[in-house]
Amino acid sequence: MALAAHLSAAVALADQFPVLAGVDLDVAEGEVVVVQGSNGAGKTSLLRLCCGLLPLTSGEAEVLGVDLGRDRVGVRRKVALLGHASFLYDDLTAAENVAFALRCARLARSGTAGALEAFELTGRVQRTPVGRLSAGQRRRVALASLVARAAPLWLLDEPHAGLDAHARDLLDSAVRNAAAAGTTVILASHDAERSLALADRVVTMAGGCVVASGSSAAPRALDANGTDGRMAGERTLAEVPHVA
Amino acid sequence: MWRDAWTVAAKDLRIELRSRVGVNQVVPFAVLVLLLFAFALGPDRKALASAAAGLFWLAVLFSAVLAVQRSFAIESADGARDGLRLSGLDPAGIFLGKAAAVVVQLAALEVVVGAGVVVLYGAHMSGVGLVLGASALGTVGIAAAGMAYGAIASGLRVSETLLPLLLLPVVVPVLLAGTKTWDAALTGHLANGMPWLRLLALFAIVYSALGLLAFGPLLEAS
Amino acid sequence: MTEESRTRSGSGAVTALGVAAAMAVAFTVWLGLWVTPPDAFQHNLVRLLYIHPPIAWVTYLALGVTALASALYLWPRTRSAFWDRLAGASAEIGVVFGALTLITGSIWGRPTWGVWWTWDARLTSTALLELLYIGYLALRQVPGSMPGRGKRSAIAALIAFADVPVDHFSVLWWRTLHQAPSVLNADLNPTIHGSMAWTLMLGFIAFTLVYGWLLAMRYRIAAAKDATEDVALAAAVAERRLEGGTAGIVGAKA
Repeated sequence: MALAAHLSAAVALADQFPVLAGVDLDVAEGEVVVVQGSNGAGKTSLLRLCCGLLPLTSGEAEVLGVDLGRDRVGVRRKVALLGHASFLYDDLTAAENVAFALRCARLARSGTAGALEAFELTGRVQRTPVGRLSAGQRRRVALASLVARAAPLWLLDEPHAGLDAHARDLLDSAVRNAAAAGTTVILASHDAERSLALADRVVTMAGGCVVASGSSAAPRALDANGTDGRMAGERTLAEVPHVA
Repeated sequence: MWRDAWTVAAKDLRIELRSRVGVNQVVPFAVLVLLLFAFALGPDRKALASAAAGLFWLAVLFSAVLAVQRSFAIESADGARDGLRLSGLDPAGIFLGKAAAVVVQLAALEVVVGAGVVVLYGAHMSGVGLVLGASALGTVGIAAAGMAYGAIASGLRVSETLLPLLLLPVVVPVLLAGTKTWDAALTGHLANGMPWLRLLALFAIVYSALGLLAFGPLLEAS
Repeated sequence: MTEESRTRSGSGAVTALGVAAAMAVAFTVWLGLWVTPPDAFQHNLVRLLYIHPPIAWVTYLALGVTALASALYLWPRTRSAFWDRLAGASAEIGVVFGALTLITGSIWGRPTWGVWWTWDARLTSTALLELLYIGYLALRQVPGSMPGRGKRSAIAALIAFADVPVDHFSVLWWRTLHQAPSVLNADLNPTIHGSMAWTLMLGFIAFTLVYGWLLAMRYRIAAAKDATEDVALAAAVAERRLEGGTAGIVGAKA
């Protein structure tokens, strides 16, 4: 089975600080992986590395067949990132923002309405500059742009933050639909309950490294030496239970 | 590349139309600069008319610094710069699109400033073709150099103060050549303007080429 | 370690270079101030001839080296931190010598032209060049992580360098195209003969040696600073891994 992402001893720096200090992680195609960890554990940096924003300093990182050590631009067309920032233009309307994302991805702008409606952004909200929308609505517009791009790998950074219960349900069903269609999803979160329900596998990060990996039911803790007989993150697909 | 350029230019211009930062802030600033020159040089219309060409280009240069900063401010709000890098757009296309949007805005601004120079300083335009040619070529050169240096400075914590220091020495040839061409047009010695017009064209070509090559690596180098 | 031995053998050569530079400068001072005769027209002022042109030459040499090193840094096959440090070191020396060029030129101009400053083409374009590279140094001072900062600086250096001829010729035209050279552009070049020519040539050699020595010293400081950062980085990675309690798994990678 092909891997969507393969990281081995990956080190990445931001302003001379090693935000990632040797990450080992394999993600199979179509898998939904939830990355857990406290603040500053390196979750966001892991996602930024995977989408080619953060340069790889040492180690190996291959995402969707692109070696990030050599070419971190080539991968960007294939991934969709939902970051802390929404990447939206305040002066453009919700519809214009989504249409711009579609144009960038070389897709027809006819997908705009569908993507917005999937997050129940209709009518007046579509025509309002996003600068005037509430934080939760902006978040939904950002999600709509992301879904519209139809990328084979989604990188979601705290996607549930700032959303109300209903919007979280919309997000969860969007993730499930995408996973069912074969999209790989890496989701960073400390909202354990919500995310675990989505996850095929849970990975725990601390200090810029992956320290534990296991099925969503019971993330397996590593022993005191941090070894469990195989490399952290290594796991065959057969062991990964699929969420219906 | 051209398609991406069009996408980006359309996006930038739409944002400008919507936010009206150019109309509400940059154009009044340029007119203010014209007034300040008059205060600095005295109300002598003859002195002002003879300096009109240079003052026009200075006002345009100062406004161009603002326009370039604004063009990158759009991208730095709410992580849009990362969004641009992730968008998969061709960096050369982004450069062309953003430069084109700045050219359009500066062209509109130059109409106002040019009218201001004629009305306030009593400059007499005799060679309209030369004036338009010099303005078009000079504007392209300024926008191209501005985008290159804007990309260098953007994303740095000190970009507001660094950009003028980097950009203004580089665009001195545009100031000199633009002023000389305008002088030639205003005084009616059109032939004197031709070599300067060629210099403006050279500058525009060199900096467009440099920007096309350098913009991608610069977008990554932050 | 090879790194250490290389530094040590390098330091011997640098010391020799420094001694040679000091001797050449001392010799130039002696020839320039005591041996050579005063000029018929410029009297003792002519002694500036032995330092002003060599200083200006070093300015252009230094900025040329910066451009070359930046190009080599950008060229993927020759990319190494060596060229980045060399470009930065050379630009700093270039800016210092550029300032000295303007100052010595100004000192020479005051009695000759009667003014400290004149909008002479060469003077003006040198001043512009100076500002261009002060901007480049300001950009280099902005902190950032290495591959990005190096690329950004190198590109800025090349764009600035591309501007040097355009600036130079436009300023030249600006001053000459429409007006005949004025009284201010009095001939600064006295007839040179005998001991004066030798002293001038020695001046060129002396200041080039000084440039070489300064470059080596400045480079060494930059390299030491980078090495300190590398050590700090290795420690930071180890510390970061300890936060997660995984120091034992893969072994520290530096």
